[in-house]
Amino acid sequence: MRVILPVDEEKDVICATFGRAPYFAVYDTETRTMELKENPASQVQGGAGLKAAQFVLDCQADALITPRCGMNSAEVLQAAEIKIYKSEGMGVNQNIEAFEDGKLSVLTHFHGGYQGIR
Amino acid sequence: MKIAVLSGKGGAGKTLTAVNLAAAAGQAVYIDCDVEEPNGRLFFKPQNIKTADVTTALPEFDPDKCTGCRTCVDFCRFHALVYIKNRPKVFSEVCHSCGGCALVCPGQAVTEKEKIIGKVEIGFHGETQIVTGILNLGEASGVPVIHKALEEGIQQDDPVLIDCPPGSACPVVESISEADFCILVAEPTAFGFHNFCMVHELAELLGKPCGVVINKWEGVYEPLEEYCKEKKLPVLLRIPYEERIAEIVSSGKILVEEYPEYRKKFQELLKKTGGGQA
Repeated sequence: MRVILPVDEEKDVICATFGRAPYFAVYDTETRTMELKENPASQVQGGAGLKAAQFVLDCQADALITPRCGMNSAEVLQAAEIKIYKSEGMGVNQNIEAFEDGKLSVLTHFHGGYQGIR
Repeated sequence: MKIAVLSGKGGAGKTLTAVNLAAAAGQAVYIDCDVEEPNGRLFFKPQNIKTADVTTALPEFDPDKCTGCRTCVDFCRFHALVYIKNRPKVFSEVCHSCGGCALVCPGQAVTEKEKIIGKVEIGFHGETQIVTGILNLGEASGVPVIHKALEEGIQQDDPVLIDCPPGSACPVVESISEADFCILVAEPTAFGFHNFCMVHELAELLGKPCGVVINKWEGVYEPLEEYCKEKKLPVLLRIPYEERIAEIVSSGKILVEEYPEYRKKFQELLKKTGGGQA
């Protein structure tokens, strides 16, 4: 199973936003390996949430762990049957551990976006 | 002659200025491009209204023809298309109706479907033609409605007064795109001045000649006057912060029809912009 998390410039810390995160960490629960990838949506003018969600799909992730997530992104992820969990605390490793122990809750609130769509 | 009236900050006096310029001109066209909140009609109370719908195109994907090649998704620079389970899906609020996905599709699987997003109303107040752009509630972008309102309203002869939306983003760019002259309405406050500088920067970038109307004038507001001097921006009119004006405007009446002194002032203003004979 592949789990993906938005990551800040300090690469062991979870980013506060999903679409504009500078990096994504992709963790494979079988091989217990982590890969860091640049988020292609972090600097785009508009539609960052959609592009970032597309990236999550293209990484063939099964689950996303994030502090928050917009409605457009959530619609894409849900259509692709990717589970969205709410992160707890800031640490990437700490959240992967919590996820593997089944301690993270499912994210149910999705915000309407932080700036005008266009 | 097409004159756009803009201010950046809302409530600075765009509609006051544009409505009274059109009313003072008499035979003129007033176009309300503030399509999220078109207020000019509250003053003009236009008669004999004709209505035209405004539509935008949204792509639809024929599942029999779509091979899931992803060309359209990768092409869309607005990221309005996502690729889920080997099929494209459109997010209507992000789509700019550019038609690019239909052009690049190798299988001709994309057709465009019209969607109504607002309307344009055309009526009259005496000799003045009143064109009002109205965006439907919940729609993300007013630009297509503004485009249609301008298309309907712009004629060869009459002075055209374009009442712009607040801000300095895409809807304002669209509203002033056809203008020969920009009147920047300034409110002499720190907030008003800040947004005034932003719209001036925009108008300058687009190469539009500009003049300034200072509304709610209560004596010299230094930063604004200094800026106008430095940028060689002519101050064309100062409208004082006066109870009688506020009373007329707040009761939905047109200043130049109630306060004869202002008919003359607005006719002079129009003349200074090159838009009429006073």
